[in-house]
Amino acid sequence: MLSYALRRLIIGVLVMFVVSGITFTLTNAAIDPARAIAGEGATSDDVEAIRKSYGFDRPLAARYVAWLGQALQGDLGSSYRQRRPVVDVIMERLPVTLKLGGLALAFALVLSIPLAIAAALRPNSWIDRIALLFALFGQAMPTFWFALLGIVVFSVNLRWLPASGSGTTAHFILPAIALGYYAAPTLMRLMRAGMIDVLASDYIRTARAKGLSEARVVLKHALRNAVLPVVSVAAVQFGFMLGGSVVIETIFAMQGVGYLAWESISLSDLPVTQAIVLMISLIYIVLTLSADLLNAWLDPRIRIG
Amino acid sequence: MTALLEVDDLHVRIPTPAGELHAVRGISLSVRRGETLCIVGESGCGKSLTSLAIMGLLPREARRSAARLAFDGVDLAGGSRRAIAGLRGNRMAMIFQDPMTSLNPAFTIGDQLVETMLAHRKVGRAAAVDRAVHLLERVGIAAAAARLGQYPHQLSGGLRQRVMIAMALMCGPDLIIADEPTTALDVTIQAQILRLLRDLQAELGIAILLITHDLGVVARVADRIGVMYAGEMVEEGAVGAVFERPSHPYTRALLGCIPIPGRTPRRSPLGAIPGIVPSLVGTIQGCAFAGRCTHAHEACAGTIPVRTLGAGHRSRCTLAPDTFEAAARTASLGAIGR
Ligand SMILES: Nc1ncnc2c1ncn2[C@@H]1O[C@H](COP(=O)(O)OP(=O)(O)OP(=O)(O)O)[C@@H](O)[C@H]1O
Ligand SMILES: [Mg+2]
Repeated sequence: MLSYALRRLIIGVLVMFVVSGITFTLTNAAIDPARAIAGEGATSDDVEAIRKSYGFDRPLAARYVAWLGQALQGDLGSSYRQRRPVVDVIMERLPVTLKLGGLALAFALVLSIPLAIAAALRPNSWIDRIALLFALFGQAMPTFWFALLGIVVFSVNLRWLPASGSGTTAHFILPAIALGYYAAPTLMRLMRAGMIDVLASDYIRTARAKGLSEARVVLKHALRNAVLPVVSVAAVQFGFMLGGSVVIETIFAMQGVGYLAWESISLSDLPVTQAIVLMISLIYIVLTLSADLLNAWLDPRIRIG
Repeated sequence: MTALLEVDDLHVRIPTPAGELHAVRGISLSVRRGETLCIVGESGCGKSLTSLAIMGLLPREARRSAARLAFDGVDLAGGSRRAIAGLRGNRMAMIFQDPMTSLNPAFTIGDQLVETMLAHRKVGRAAAVDRAVHLLERVGIAAAAARLGQYPHQLSGGLRQRVMIAMALMCGPDLIIADEPTTALDVTIQAQILRLLRDLQAELGIAILLITHDLGVVARVADRIGVMYAGEMVEEGAVGAVFERPSHPYTRALLGCIPIPGRTPRRSPLGAIPGIVPSLVGTIQGCAFAGRCTHAHEACAGTIPVRTLGAGHRSRCTLAPDTFEAAARTASLGAIGR
């Protein structure tokens, strides 16, 4: 188990280096940092002066190494716009995104897992059809449209929930549902298919032959095996919710990292953009790593090879 | 004395795209306390479905009906779910064919043994663990206490089947139903497992319903034998009587084509019964074996009587045993002479 974890960790670190290199190259190719700092009305002489004083005239590789050295010490540079350390700018926004992602994932799991189990227990029954219909809607409906629908119904007409901002927990309900409903169908289908397979297996028949209650057969013996593939996908979905909440955060004007990413890109704030991409990939890597470890922990065939 | 397990006119029907598969067609059997009944028959004749029907473990789509299905007087067909679940794993336990897939890969051996007992008895975990260790030792597993923490994938097939047997014994059952418990194992392991079952039975007085297609197994462990063909019981009786005086042509054919240690001459050619098993979809007119039977005549297309040939020895055939006794004698003489 330990060597397995270590191996996965080393791979994760390598991926991180590659991602940082690609990110650095691409953002510097897309945005001229000197021009971005100089601003709209600057003359080309001003831009060149800035290029020299900031050291942007050095080769890309040299700048990358310098940036990486600082990044490894936790210094990701300063925001061109806010004139503050990038780390501070992001940390300020991170809690909103984490809370939104966490609530969305919780909503997706609470909705999809029980529904999937009920559907798998009685394939082709009315509950299975409802589950299928629900999955179809979730996959067919664009997130932004579902979000707008939610705003129209619950904020504008019913006036139950706020439509924009991220001040209170009530502000998170609509966005979390919109984001979570997008992820739920995949989890539901995966869980349902896994559960149907597992329920037909010999060891479930053994569990029944032992006279265990149906609840114990399903929730202990079947669930533990059927949930394995769901764990990895749920982790990736969570990463998506953290990184991909740009649209939702923008629609609901939530002060999260996604909204920050949109702002930084439109303002050519290169250090912040870079740092966000890097942070999201770090989150992805950490999540897949922990999903693999969780899987190994749940499945003794991996844990004890 | 009434039997421990009573089955009368059991039917199992499964809807299929080709029509309704009538897999078990009026099986009647009984198992008394402490005895071993072996059910034999070719692949697909409904042995497994019969055992699953008794345990109430049929696949969801299968439908079961019976004139009587009772365990120690408790009605298994009409009884409450709770009462039946209370018997399962407790007073009647089951061992399956494939030990590689019959244990849950996600939980330890100990956990799976202990939970059986905790589900049925008001005992503490420690007491259940003690019993698990004791039984693992009893079924011949060394270092039993250490095995409790292991997972199924860490054990060989033979060991897993021993674990399955220990699991069946956890609550001290009156009846064990074993569906081909040795088919998936190596020959040497097969013999060990069979000996274990026989010893346990002698020691604990458990009744065993053993399903097999190996007549060698029957010869070693059975008190009584039931021969199934195409979902019906064609002959049943004490194992001595059936082996000495097999009456149904199918039983004779089976005995003729499967080597039995000490009975079949060594190196005699392994035969197979010519012909194919009739489809189990729809009704079968008359005797299901008639198409493959060398003694078939007009009466075989009508209603087939069940003849009693001796105490508990019955055969479902139109012919009286002595009708083809002479023919069989010449045939077997011919076989040995070859
Ligand atoms: N779930 C099912 N759906 C459709 N048909 C089935 C199902 N289970 C069993 N059958 C059919 O019912 C018949 C009897 O099956 P069963 O498993 O009882 O045979 P068996 O005597 O145990 O054979 P074997 O020696 O191969 O184990 C077979 O023809 C089989 O194909
Ligand atoms: Mg079978």
